[in-house]
Amino acid sequence: MAPHSGQLKPATKAVHVESLVRRFATKTILDGVDLDIERGEFVALLGKSGSGKSTFLRALAGLDHEVEGTGTLDVPENLSVVFQDARLLPWRSVVQNVTLGLPGTSGQEAGRKALAEVGLQGRENAWPNQLSGGEQQRVALARSLVRDPALLLADEPFGALDALTRLKMHDLLRELCARHRPAVLLVTHDVDEAISLADRILVLDEGRFIEDLRIDLPTPRDHGDPRFAQIRSHLLSRLGVDVSGRKAA
Amino acid sequence: MATTWDVDGGKSVRTPHRDIAYAGSTATKPAGPRARRKLGPGPAIPFGLQIGPALLVLIWVAGSALGWIDPRILSAPWTVVEAFGRLIEQGRLQDNFVTSATRALLGLSIGLVIGTILAVTAGLSRIGEALIDGPVQIKRAIPTLALIPLLILWFGIGESMKVTTIVLAVIVPIYIHTHNALRSIDSRYVELAETLRMSQKDFIFQVVLPGALPGFLLGLRFAVTLCWVSLVVVEQINATSGLGYMIDLARTYGQTDVILVGLVVYVLLGLVSDGLVRLLERRVLSWRRTLAS
Repeated sequence: MAPHSGQLKPATKAVHVESLVRRFATKTILDGVDLDIERGEFVALLGKSGSGKSTFLRALAGLDHEVEGTGTLDVPENLSVVFQDARLLPWRSVVQNVTLGLPGTSGQEAGRKALAEVGLQGRENAWPNQLSGGEQQRVALARSLVRDPALLLADEPFGALDALTRLKMHDLLRELCARHRPAVLLVTHDVDEAISLADRILVLDEGRFIEDLRIDLPTPRDHGDPRFAQIRSHLLSRLGVDVSGRKAA
Repeated sequence: MATTWDVDGGKSVRTPHRDIAYAGSTATKPAGPRARRKLGPGPAIPFGLQIGPALLVLIWVAGSALGWIDPRILSAPWTVVEAFGRLIEQGRLQDNFVTSATRALLGLSIGLVIGTILAVTAGLSRIGEALIDGPVQIKRAIPTLALIPLLILWFGIGESMKVTTIVLAVIVPIYIHTHNALRSIDSRYVELAETLRMSQKDFIFQVVLPGALPGFLLGLRFAVTLCWVSLVVVEQINATSGLGYMIDLARTYGQTDVILVGLVVYVLLGLVSDGLVRLLERRVLSWRRTLAS
């Protein structure tokens, strides 16, 4: 892993990143990125494919052992990752997946509670294969929640779900975040998803943030709101999508 | 849809019209082009798996009864049944069976333990792999039969030579399949274990070993079959007891019926032990069955 300095961050910050560089062979993926995330802040990270957004998330998660790089990276010890696939162990029951690696019987109770919170009470002893895609992703959310993370990293967590399930998952995630208040970094390619969920939206392009936008719309956010449409077309143009002639859905 | 129309009386007029259109479209269906041919093998035949063996037995019975089959070449089924009864009466079948089964189970158990330990050591550490994998691959290239002369020189012709031969044969499939399963554990699960900050012990017992279990059980199925096969080999060379010895002795005296009794016992042993492993597989891998059902 790239060297990290032990520099202390202010107590109000959950994440402090300074001039973070990540390279694959000769290609620079992250080119000196700076970012601070407040405690409890919900940040969405948008970017074209190949813009380095997953690399950034994996650097924060400490999953980039073999990647070359430099920079300061200060993240809470207690962080949790939700992947695009639910990544449940098929040979462990739902509740065992939630409490994976937690010690003893106190974990069991917490696991049941977390499952109830994501609306899966009664399915504790099912096998992951018996659940639908949306349900599996809810188990993955419960697995993160039960650890009460200070930072939740989500890498396109709803990318593999159908549109209707995705909307339901947005409501659930918003609700859970309001209750547990972790800092969140949500990597997504879905502009609407970012606007409906985030307090702040970043756009990554060629290894640098080219946009840092605070979203002050009231929640729950109405997709028909003209300000919503305005933010959407602004973000789309930053992502290099030609928005002239496109209408807000 | 119907409820909307019930509420809105004006639109309900359209309902019968739709029904007619629907009825009309179904009526034209049988008159359409001929049914599409299915590409699959079609539905299962009841007792399909039993038909082949039953046919063979039927040919055997008919051939013997009509005198088409020379009893010196292949004894008639009833002669075999008689020989079966006679061998049990004399106690020869039971004695030889117990001797053979003891050898097979002993060799299987020892081979199972050694093969699993080798596979886990090689699967979980690079040093272990460097030390173990090569020798096992070399052993795999040597036919068990070819090792027997050396084993006789080392262990004599007693039980230890026979059990060692079975152990050496069994280690290979257990090792290969378990090691392969350990190595092909999805790297995504390794990442997951890292982000969950699992301990090394939890990682091995929650992720690695259960994940490799299907491979181990596949290896076990091969091993079980192989332990009976190697038994035949060791018992037909320098043995004074066991099913293989019984068969070999019968060859000396030209007793086709006794040879057939021995073969039938081998068939039953092979099928029963394979069935037992499959039963074990079904119980242990119940999380997989849900995928198939």
